[in-house]
Amino acid sequence: MPMDEITLDHGHDSHDHKPGFFTRWFLSTNHKDIGTLYLVFALIAGIVGYTLSGLIRWELAQPGIGPLTSIMEMFGAQAGDDAIERAKQFYNVIITYHGLIMIFFMVMPALIGGFGNWFVPLMIGAPDMAFPRMNNISFWLTVAAFALLLLSMFVPGGAGGNGFGGGWVLYPPLSSLKGHPGPAMDLLILSLHTAGIASILGAINFIVTILNMRAPGMTMHKMPLFAWSMLVTAVLLLLALPVLAGALTMLLTDRNFGSQFFDASGGGDPVMFQHLFWFFGHPEVYIMILPAFGIISHIVATFSRKPVFGYLGMAYAMVAIGAIGFIVWAHHMYTVGMPSDMKAYFVAATMVIAVPTGIKIFSWIATMWGGSIDFSVPMVWAIGFIFLFTVGGVTGVVLANAGIDHALHDTYYVVAHFHYVLSLGAVFGLFAGWYYWFEKMFGVKYNNVMAYGHFWLMFIGSNILFFPQHFLGLNGMPRRYVDYADGFAPWHMWSSIGYAVTLVGTLLFFVLLIEAALRRRKAEANPWGEGATTLEWTLPSPPPFHQFNELPVVKAEGGH
Amino acid sequence: MRNARMASVLGLGGLAMLGLAFASKPLYDTFCRVTGFGGTTQIASQAPEAVLARNVVVRFDANVIDAPLVFRPLQTDLPLALGAHGLAFYEVSNVSDQDVTAIASYNVTPHKAGRYFNKLECFCFQEDVIRAGETRRLPVLFFVDPRMDEERNLDDVRTITLSYTFFQTDNFDPAAKTAALN
Repeated sequence: MPMDEITLDHGHDSHDHKPGFFTRWFLSTNHKDIGTLYLVFALIAGIVGYTLSGLIRWELAQPGIGPLTSIMEMFGAQAGDDAIERAKQFYNVIITYHGLIMIFFMVMPALIGGFGNWFVPLMIGAPDMAFPRMNNISFWLTVAAFALLLLSMFVPGGAGGNGFGGGWVLYPPLSSLKGHPGPAMDLLILSLHTAGIASILGAINFIVTILNMRAPGMTMHKMPLFAWSMLVTAVLLLLALPVLAGALTMLLTDRNFGSQFFDASGGGDPVMFQHLFWFFGHPEVYIMILPAFGIISHIVATFSRKPVFGYLGMAYAMVAIGAIGFIVWAHHMYTVGMPSDMKAYFVAATMVIAVPTGIKIFSWIATMWGGSIDFSVPMVWAIGFIFLFTVGGVTGVVLANAGIDHALHDTYYVVAHFHYVLSLGAVFGLFAGWYYWFEKMFGVKYNNVMAYGHFWLMFIGSNILFFPQHFLGLNGMPRRYVDYADGFAPWHMWSSIGYAVTLVGTLLFFVLLIEAALRRRKAEANPWGEGATTLEWTLPSPPPFHQFNELPVVKAEGGH
Repeated sequence: MRNARMASVLGLGGLAMLGLAFASKPLYDTFCRVTGFGGTTQIASQAPEAVLARNVVVRFDANVIDAPLVFRPLQTDLPLALGAHGLAFYEVSNVSDQDVTAIASYNVTPHKAGRYFNKLECFCFQEDVIRAGETRRLPVLFFVDPRMDEERNLDDVRTITLSYTFFQTDNFDPAAKTAALN
C-alpha cells in the first residue's frame, strides 16, 4: 500500500491518555496492549514448551531411559523398576504437553493474538478491534486455559502417573476411562474447551474488524496481505474449532456420563474421533502457518524494495489453502484401514494443496528477483523461513502418498516433517515478525549483532536438530518412543546437539531483550525506508495509545 | 448495529459447526452401514437368487473384552459359493455366578468385503442376558452377495473373516473410575 497518497492526521497525539497500570494491563480493551499481553503470554508458554522439548532431547540423546529415571527418583520414586516405569509415563506426558502448549499456547497466541491484534487494526486503518471488551475476554480465557493445562500435568492421569500421556491428538481409548481414568484428562478437555472459546471469540472479532472497519478507500483487493492471512485464519478457526469442541464434549460425556460415542462395546467407534479430530486438526496446521505467510510477504516486499509479486494470487492462494485444508483430513489416518479409492482421493486432494503453496513460495522468490535486497535481520529470518518451509513442504508431498505413508506413519520422518513446517516454519515466521515490528511495538531498537547471532544459532541448530530425524524415520524409528535400538543412537545424539545449539540461540534472544530494555535506544517511525509501505509505518514508534481518530483515506489505485 | 449483526451471524456459523460435529455421529453410522466402511456387514431379509461358481472361504473369529464369558466358534472355516447360504454356530458360556448382559460387535476383514457380506439372522443384532453358568449355541445365517463378483476391486478376495467381540454392557460404573486411580 503506497503511503505517499495516504492522508493522515496526528493532531490528537498531544493528549494521549493512558490508564493506570492495573486498568491498562488487566482490564485492557486497547488492541495494542492486548497484543502485547498475548506476546508476553506466548513467550512464557513458549519457555515452558521449549523446556519440555529439552527434556525430550535430553532423554533421547542416548539409548536407555536415563535422565527421566533420575528425575523420577528425585521426586520420590523408588530406584529401579518403579522409577523406570514412572519415567516412561512421564515421557509420554512430556511429549503430549509439549505439543499442546506449543500449538495452543505459543504459536496461536503469538501469531494470531499477538501480531494479529497489534497490526490488523493498524494495517487496515482502524482505531481498534470491533469488540475491544470481547478481545479482553479472549485473552484472559486463554490464560485460564493455560492454567488448567498446567494443572492437569500435576494431577493423576493414568498408568500410575500424573498428567495425560496419550499424545496431543487425544485418541480414545487412551483418552477414555480405560486409558487415563484420572482427572488429568478431564482438566485437559476443559482447558482446550476454554482455549477454543477464546479463539472462536477472537476469530469473530477479527472477521468483523476486517470486513467492516477498513479505512475509507481500502477495498478488499487493496488490503495488506497480513490482514488477508488473518481473515482466512479467523474463518478457519471459526469453522474448525467447534468440531474439536464437539469431539471433546463427546469424550467428556464418554468419560463421565456413560455415553459411548467412541466405545465399541456400546456401538461407538474410536475411529470416528480420529475423523472429527483431524477435521479440526488439519485446518489447525494452516491456522498456525497462514499468519506467518502474511508476515513473510510484507518482510520480503519491504526488504526487496518492491511491491509483492502477484498480490491477488498471493491473497487467493491463502483462500485456496484454507478451503482445500478442510477436505484432506484423512491423510493423517491412512493406516486405519480405509478403502483404496478413498485413499486415492485423499492423496490427490492433499497434493493439490502444493499448488497454492507453490504459488506463494514462487511469488516470494519473484518478489526478491531483481529487487534491491537488504539482508536486514527480519529479511534473513524470512529467507530462512522460505527455505525451511519448503523443505517441510516437500516431505509433506512425500507423506501425502498413502503407499509411502503406510511405511512412514508415526515415524520420526513425520516428526521431522511437521517440525520443519511448524517448529521451523511458523517459529521462523514468528521471529521474522518479531524483529520486523519490534521497534514499532516497543519504541526501542534491538542490537543487530545479537539478532543476527540469534538467527544463525537457530538456523544451524534447528537444522542439526531436525534434519537427522528424517534419517531416523526412514530407518524405522517410531514416534513417541522413550527408548530405541542402538543403531539409532548416532543421529539421536546429533539431534540433541542441535537442540543445545538452539538453546544457546534462545538464551542470546533473552539477552537481546534485556539489552534492548536497558539501553532504550529511541526507535524511528519507519526504520526500514521506502520499502515499508503499510499504514503502521506512518505512525510514530510506538504508535499513540489511540490511533486513527480521523481515519486515513487510501486513495492509491492498485499500487501493490 | 452492523458489527453486532455480523458477529451474531458468525457466532451462529460456529454453533452450526458444533451441531455438525454431533450430527456426524448418526451420519457416520449411516455411512458405515450403507457403504460397508470399516467392514460393516449388511443385513438382508431375503436370499439372493443366483448362486455362482466362485467360492470364498469364510473364517470365524471370536473375542471377549472385559466380561466373564468364554466365547468360541464351533467351526474354524466354511467354504461357500457366492450367493449360497452359510450357517455357522458360535458357543458362549457364562463362567461367573452372576448374569451378564452382553452384546457382540462385529465386522469382516478385508473391510472392502463388508458391503457384500449379508446376514439373514444373527445373535448379534440385540443385547442379550446370559444367565450365570449358562452355555448357549448362537447361530449366524449369512450369504456373500454374488454382485461381489462384478467388482474388480474384490477380485483378490479368497477369504473373508467374520469376527465377533462380546462386550458386557451392564458394567458402566463411575465408581470404577475412582477405584482405577489407586
